[in-house]
Amino acid sequence: MQLTVWTYEGPPHIGAMRIAASMNAVHCVLHAPQGDTYADLLFTMIERSERRPPVSYTTFKARDMGTDTAELLKTRVQETYDRFRPDLLLVGEACTAELLQDQAGGLAESMGLPIPVVPLELSAFSRQENWGASETFYQIVRRVLHAQVPAPGSAPRAPVSERCANRRPLANLLGATSLGFRCRDDVVELTRLLDSIGVDVNLVAPLGATPADIARIPEADFNCCLYPEVAASACGWLERMFKQPTVKAIPIGFGGTRDFLREIAALTGIDVSAAVAAGTSRLPWYSRSVDSTYLTGKRVFIFADATHAIAAARICSEELGFKVVGLGTYSRELAREVRAAAARYRVEALITDDYLEVEAQVAALHPELVLGSQMERHIAKRFGVPCAVISAPHHVQDCPARYAPQMGFEGTNVIFDTWVHPLMMGLEEHLLTMFRGDAEFHDEATPSHLHSPAKARATTPETVSVADSSPAADPAPAAGVVWSPEGERELKKIPFFVRGKARRNTELFAAERGIQTITVETLYDAKAHFGR
Amino acid sequence: MSGAAAADATLVRERAYPEPLREQGQCEVFCGLSAIVWLHRKMHDTFFLVVGSRTCAHLLQSAAGVMIFAEPRFATAILQERDLAGIADCHDELDLVVTRLLERRADIRTLFLVGSCPSEVIKLDLQKAAERLTKGPLGLGGGGRVKVLAFSGSGLETTFTQGEDQCVAALVPELPRLPAGERNLLVLGTLADVVEDQFRRLFESLGIGPVHFIPGTDTHALPPVGEGTIVLFAQPFFNETAGLLASRGARLLNTPFPFGVEGTLAWLGAAARAWGVSDEQFERVTAAPAERARGSLGRYREVLAGRRMTFLPDSQLEIPLARFLARECGVELLEVGTPYLDRRAMQPELDLFPAGVRLVEGQDVERQLDRVAAERPDLTVCGLGLANPLEAQGLRTKWAIELVFTPIHGFEQAADLAELFARPLLRSAALKV
Ligand code: SF4
Ligand code: SF4
Repeated sequence: MQLTVWTYEGPPHIGAMRIAASMNAVHCVLHAPQGDTYADLLFTMIERSERRPPVSYTTFKARDMGTDTAELLKTRVQETYDRFRPDLLLVGEACTAELLQDQAGGLAESMGLPIPVVPLELSAFSRQENWGASETFYQIVRRVLHAQVPAPGSAPRAPVSERCANRRPLANLLGATSLGFRCRDDVVELTRLLDSIGVDVNLVAPLGATPADIARIPEADFNCCLYPEVAASACGWLERMFKQPTVKAIPIGFGGTRDFLREIAALTGIDVSAAVAAGTSRLPWYSRSVDSTYLTGKRVFIFADATHAIAAARICSEELGFKVVGLGTYSRELAREVRAAAARYRVEALITDDYLEVEAQVAALHPELVLGSQMERHIAKRFGVPCAVISAPHHVQDCPARYAPQMGFEGTNVIFDTWVHPLMMGLEEHLLTMFRGDAEFHDEATPSHLHSPAKARATTPETVSVADSSPAADPAPAAGVVWSPEGERELKKIPFFVRGKARRNTELFAAERGIQTITVETLYDAKAHFGR
Repeated sequence: MSGAAAADATLVRERAYPEPLREQGQCEVFCGLSAIVWLHRKMHDTFFLVVGSRTCAHLLQSAAGVMIFAEPRFATAILQERDLAGIADCHDELDLVVTRLLERRADIRTLFLVGSCPSEVIKLDLQKAAERLTKGPLGLGGGGRVKVLAFSGSGLETTFTQGEDQCVAALVPELPRLPAGERNLLVLGTLADVVEDQFRRLFESLGIGPVHFIPGTDTHALPPVGEGTIVLFAQPFFNETAGLLASRGARLLNTPFPFGVEGTLAWLGAAARAWGVSDEQFERVTAAPAERARGSLGRYREVLAGRRMTFLPDSQLEIPLARFLARECGVELLEVGTPYLDRRAMQPELDLFPAGVRLVEGQDVERQLDRVAAERPDLTVCGLGLANPLEAQGLRTKWAIELVFTPIHGFEQAADLAELFARPLLRSAALKV
């Protein structure tokens, strides 16, 4: 048993629902009790979806158990087909149904419906949402395309450059889903970007695709695997079966987008140097402009899905001049990639789906900026640390009305604005330092954009127990350490927005060395120690 | 006319309400686990540990919506492959989880183990586990501080608000015995603190007391129950609890629920009569607040009168709220759905129900939505999964879940309750986009 307070990912059938809700002319029947219908609201509320997700549930009850649940499933499958007439039907089981062992998928397949029925084995008790999405997408692709797989020994597919000798290359954009982070805008941005280098988009899937579109996947010259969490298995299969190459670079960030273009160039022979050189990104200049100097070395903690976490770490380190002090993911399937990225920034990757562990890390690392999911937003709010959301799971406020992609060059502009904004403007920070003696700049004055961090820190009693489990979160002095009056006076001279950190570090330093009373000397010893 | 007398008159008027239409299709309601979202806020010393799957954890978090607290007083012990395959013994695992949890949370004095569909299907006996844990080192039996109890919030057995019934039912055996010759009033159902205080003042002015509200904030100071206990239901979903309290000798009052002026008068009136309060006293205490409530209701009556409304089944509050809207706000009811029809609880409400309303028990969400599409009500009360898709069809909706989180009981909230339904209509009139 695993004790869970909040979960990053839902169960695997939520992943299956996300694929169904992304696509057109696909319906999903879930063998599940009535309470599981809550999942509809994820789509209609978080994403403000105007249609119900195309999902029907058996909603079996105690009285149906044992005798009738299998029959109920068949009834629901038939009713669903009759009412919605999808081109393809997914049939899966939520956790409880998996325990009943009705073999929902097999039963539905045996009903002889005139459309493809894709049974899903979702492993509710060992897997999670992104795996469920990946598996569902993979099963759909396999099911729709298996008849088209070239027979062994048939003529090999010509290299991309040869296929495209007399026409613009065609690409598939794979992995964008409903409830994925900013997928809707990302595919628009990438379609424009590819067009600018002379590449046409054959199709986007699963977002907006029909089963008929899936059948056209092999027509493209290559696949762009935009979100490996969802598309890596399908891309791998297409590579093996159709010899269709995969572009693996993730076009998030300035460097990421350039790598993406270069990888396509290598594959197609297109000259992308103009696109790479000019770009339409303001990030490089904004980052070099003097106001951004204050961003230097800002300590940032990153925890997200693997795709966004890895990209964010690179942007922070190479494009914004931050210092990555922590990097992690809840995407266990891509732990290896995140570990490799973490090694580049000399930090140890945090691979966990335990929210409390993430919270303890944030508490211990004292970052100045947190980039994460909505969970990290809440953690950061409690610690009074600025935060930007960069990944699912996210809330309704992270689905903006405006165009706000993360990918491509426009994505870099969006990222610059949204990650830098929560931090103080450089000028403001300088002014605060300069005028800190003035009456207006008393200790309780906080930058207006930080939502009253003073209040945020005065947490409910419920936080206290969290702090108990992670000593660093607790602003109270470490056991046994006291401040001498001179030490305390000196501490007061430190600008208030870094004073908390100075206090904690000094107390930690003193406690580790068994120093009972913190003097001015101790304060500066600690400063020297942590400054190294 | 006194309110008590008015309530009497309605109760004697025996009117057989037409049988509801019964539907058995896809249900679109939460399971009983969702009640934890409001129960844990009311019961300050209590932790709710769901023994279930990732789905259960995800449901709780989605139902709680944006209300993410530091570390809430609920969590899920997620069953894993190894628990199911018998590699790990579920009871040992549960003991471990509970011990760890209680060590971390010194503030917890009552722990509920909450059953789910998976725990029920694998026949994990949480009742037994609760008894064992109570005897353990942190449990009361072991000299510790924590009482461990169990109830089921499984979607196989319960819908939405029934979770609260199950939880309170689990408390009933813990209630001390009321000494013979004494009497008290028990009010059942989670109420906002402000509403509880209003009712307390009213009961006090009526000379009724002692009055206890369950669930309350302190689970170690539970009210006594016995032959002298009178039970008043503030919510319509206490079927199981009602039976248990009756078997402990308590007298259950059957009355309309305290929504709107009429409902509140009838509800207080039932208590007043049972306690022996004179009509004059009742009139003196209730006249002013009832009049004030009627006055502030007027504003919303203007907006709501003549509007056609449909309730999809959700919280069991549908029938009482529909009654309020029809009789006090002039709403025309098209269809009122309810997850299940508890005759004992609902008869006093149905006696007041306007004729010709389509009453539906159970659900077939597709057929129900077909009817909504055909009739195009001015307002449809429904769950969060359905609201935006209906709005996208140009229909106005009201989220049913708000009705269980917002203070809506009693005189002072009557206008607020009407406003909840009026707001979507006012908004749609205001929008020019
Ligand atoms: S319906 Fe059952 S499985 Fe689903 S969330 Fe509720 S208790 Fe858990
Ligand atoms: S306080 Fe407001 S204006 Fe000043 S830097 Fe922060 S966000 Fe910008």
